Amino acid sequence: MGIDQVITSVIAVVGVPLALLGYIIVGEQVIERLSDSVQSWIRPYFWALPAVGFATIFMVYPLLRTVVISFRNSEDTDWIGLANYKYFFTFPDTLTSLRNSLLWLVFYTFFAVFLGLIIAILLDRVRYESLAKIAIFLPVPISAVAASIIWKFMFDYQPPGTPQTGTLNALIGLFGRDPVAWLVNSTTNNAALIFVGIWTAVGFCMVIISASLKAISSEVLEAARIDGANEFQIVRLVVTPLLWPTITVVGTTMLINSLKTFDIVYVMTNGAYDTDVIATQMFSQLQHAHYGRAAAVGVVLFIAIVPLLIVNIRRFQQQEEQR
Amino acid sequence: MSAEQVTTRRESAVAGSVAALNNLGYRLQRLPLHLVIIIFCAIWIVPTIGMMINSFRSVSDMGTSGWWTTLFPPHGFTLASYNQVLSLEGVTPSILSSVLITIPSTVIQLTIATMGAYAFAWMKFPGKDIFFIVIVGLMVVPIQMTLIPVLQFFQLIHLNGTIMAVWLAHSGYGLPFEVFLLRNYLGGLPREIFESAEVDGAGHAVRFLRIAVPMTIPAIASLTIFVFLGVWNDLLVALTYLGTSTARPFTVVISQLVTSLGGGWQFLTAAAVLQMALPLAVFIFLQRYFVRGITSGSVKG
Repeated sequence: MGIDQVITSVIAVVGVPLALLGYIIVGEQVIERLSDSVQSWIRPYFWALPAVGFATIFMVYPLLRTVVISFRNSEDTDWIGLANYKYFFTFPDTLTSLRNSLLWLVFYTFFAVFLGLIIAILLDRVRYESLAKIAIFLPVPISAVAASIIWKFMFDYQPPGTPQTGTLNALIGLFGRDPVAWLVNSTTNNAALIFVGIWTAVGFCMVIISASLKAISSEVLEAARIDGANEFQIVRLVVTPLLWPTITVVGTTMLINSLKTFDIVYVMTNGAYDTDVIATQMFSQLQHAHYGRAAAVGVVLFIAIVPLLIVNIRRFQQQEEQR
Repeated sequence: MSAEQVTTRRESAVAGSVAALNNLGYRLQRLPLHLVIIIFCAIWIVPTIGMMINSFRSVSDMGTSGWWTTLFPPHGFTLASYNQVLSLEGVTPSILSSVLITIPSTVIQLTIATMGAYAFAWMKFPGKDIFFIVIVGLMVVPIQMTLIPVLQFFQLIHLNGTIMAVWLAHSGYGLPFEVFLLRNYLGGLPREIFESAEVDGAGHAVRFLRIAVPMTIPAIASLTIFVFLGVWNDLLVALTYLGTSTARPFTVVISQLVTSLGGGWQFLTAAAVLQMALPLAVFIFLQRYFVRGITSGSVKG
């Protein structure tokens, strides 16, 4: 990382906005000289071109190309039909990653949203709400890499009889239990990793759910109280149904995140001890230059996301109708 | 003092103590609520604090006793881990590299996104709805689906392993979400302003630069924080396109050290603290914008 890279970066930071400015001004000068009908035809495409071009080069084209690669061999020289997919659905290691991704999908999504909802509702009832929110939200801006190191210490393991350096093992030691190698033991390691994921996500869910909780009118809640509903009934029968649209939005986001999970697993265990997920599996295939196999894993991941993609588009279309 | 007055006094005293008892009862009733909240807050804040405390201890202390033992004297605080991390080959350059990746990536994608969003908000053209639905769809496409072809593309044009590759990749990946968000914001601006500017003879360049951009600054500001931190914290994109290149950012170096060190990884606490210092500072000082960026991004859309 030398001085030339600093210079390139400065040029980019100043140059790219200037270049776009030039593009707009020069382009508009040219367009304004054209006839009205040509103008109104060409101008929108001229304005949308940089964004649409970037999206096409880095997302649309690669997406289609990945589908093609998934039917080809590692050297990309010949068609091999469904062999890459057959590998994915029969090889024990990849099946483990598929199972783990399902675990992430179910438990990460459920607990992130559920805890986010519970905490938002609880904090709504106390005076130190904003302070407590900062504590819960703190892991959100932290990178998954840093969070992984934070939790490597929480899960740290020393042999029984020696002082425990991991907070969790020290805690269970207080109750006379033997320390657990959380990240190695295959009955606990996936749960441990998923918990780290939940820990980083709850603040996000809480903030969004809390925002729409504040929008519920207090008259509705008062009316329920006057009708004799207790607090649990109010939460279950009044608040949760009113929050449901928000919960589904947050839920879809969490579902998508759960399938894309990579950083935490990569840093904490690197997929060892049967903790691989689809995304880490794909990355290791990529590193071994098994492009066909890696692409097949990517396509499986994408197919899993397609229903959520459709949900998002539907929701967008509904919002558009209301505009 | 009349008998009547005495009774009222007594009654009010009784009423007062009943109220006090009620109040106490109410507080006792709410005790579990506070307890649950405190436990949640502890689980969400103690791990970070523990790791931060550990980063100021010697590696041998970290390996033989928990961070909480340091709370009592002798504390034995030291900057040894920070010295060790910063003297490792590649660490200091990677911090600079993170900066040089993050700032241009953010600037490039936001300028392009603002311009594209303007077209989608204020222009009519055939195929616009289809284009925009594709953009909404791209927002959730996992970047894993793009890694191989983009990697091959960078190899083809000899950009693989350079910071320019990550600028371009981040910009491509970030655009759909940013265009979507900014188009909604721009589309919500009052139509009359644009129309009267048009009547005054202002072309699209003037309307965009003099009206649309200045009025969109609040949205762009929130988005900048969001994008900046996203790129700063990114691991996968940089890992794929930079790998072991000298231009790799801090997150990649940390993750590679974690996997390669095996046993003696404890001093990496210092690296983690350094890496998260910037996001935490941004969060603390710009909390309002940060939270607003998150809520506007996912709830309203």
